Amino acid sequence: MAIFSVYVVNKAGGLIYHLDSYAPRAEAEKTFSYPLDLLLKLHDERVLVAFGQRDGIRVGHAVLAINGKDVNGKYTADGKEVLEYLGNPANYPVSVRFGRPRLTSNEKLMLASMFHSLFAIGSQLSPEQGSSGIEMLETDTFKLHCFQTLTGIKFVVLADPRQAGIDSLLRKIYEIYSDFALKNPFYSLEMPIRCELFEQNLKLALEVAEKAGTFGPGS
Amino acid sequence: MSRPAPRKPEYHKINKDLFVLTYGALVAQLCKDYEKDEDVNTYLDKMGYGIGTRLVEDFLARSCVGRCHSYSEITDIIAQVAFKMYLGITPSVTCNNSSRNEFSLILDKNPLVEFVEELPAGRSSLCYCNLLCGIIRGALEMVHLAADVTFLQDRLKGDSVTEIGITFLKKLDEKKYRRKK
Repeated sequence: MAIFSVYVVNKAGGLIYHLDSYAPRAEAEKTFSYPLDLLLKLHDERVLVAFGQRDGIRVGHAVLAINGKDVNGKYTADGKEVLEYLGNPANYPVSVRFGRPRLTSNEKLMLASMFHSLFAIGSQLSPEQGSSGIEMLETDTFKLHCFQTLTGIKFVVLADPRQAGIDSLLRKIYEIYSDFALKNPFYSLEMPIRCELFEQNLKLALEVAEKAGTFGPGS
Repeated sequence: MSRPAPRKPEYHKINKDLFVLTYGALVAQLCKDYEKDEDVNTYLDKMGYGIGTRLVEDFLARSCVGRCHSYSEITDIIAQVAFKMYLGITPSVTCNNSSRNEFSLILDKNPLVEFVEELPAGRSSLCYCNLLCGIIRGALEMVHLAADVTFLQDRLKGDSVTEIGITFLKKLDEKKYRRKK
């Protein structure tokens, strides 16, 4: 999938819509015997790999499941602490699944507000008067495109760096927003968008954009 | 980054008469519900405001107009692009006040009042098309411009032309936007 996610941020910086459409992330499940040769640490309510990268399990990956049962933050499905469980030789051999942790809703909200502030700072840093805010953020693995309307709503799309045509996609998303979200009489402005039609049409538009724009391998 | 060419908006054709009749039914019902003309005018304005806040995004998404830098530019765009897009008419723009804050739109043709001859007796201060004023006010507020929009002259009340007056008030500061409670 060349387009990873879409975020819509309202005037006050609150996230009102997000859509993740990336392919299943790399996950690795392995059976271990005591002692565990990976160094685990607790960070932000998750158990992450701090050191000991091997076999597809990379530093930064989180413990996703133990013995097939999904973990709940730093606790196992049964309510025991993961680090304690994995420190006890009696529980071995154990099968643990590692993978890149998904962002929780709260984290997304926080990141959206932060981006909103950075966007405002971006336009103030400009040496020219009347500059726009951040339009594109580029890294080696993705590009973040942002389009702010004259009314202050921001549409943010994270895509593969090789994906082209994101500009017109952003304007298309604006049209879809003005049609299916705003014209819904029961949708209140600035509130989270919970309109089925909006989501359906957005997914369609993403598909069209991916087929039309990408010049890289795979989609 | 070049702007894409303005797309031709897709109009799903519906009968204009249906729209005019719907608007007429709306005003007639409001007249039944409220005794005083001021109340009807206020409610029409409020409804228009709700429509305007939503319509402005549709307008901006479809018309590809850029940021305006003066009040006269804004009024021109409202008259020549917005009215044309939604009502099919192009009012003319005049500037009333030399300090450039008061403008007027003169409508020579108004599809909404096509079938209305005159206001009923006892409803002499009813602004039949006050919805339009609310729409303009709501739309301007969403792009951070406070304005007072009223009917200055109305053919239905016996004046020679229909004139909508737009008075731009102090610009709302974008940075001071507060979270809605």
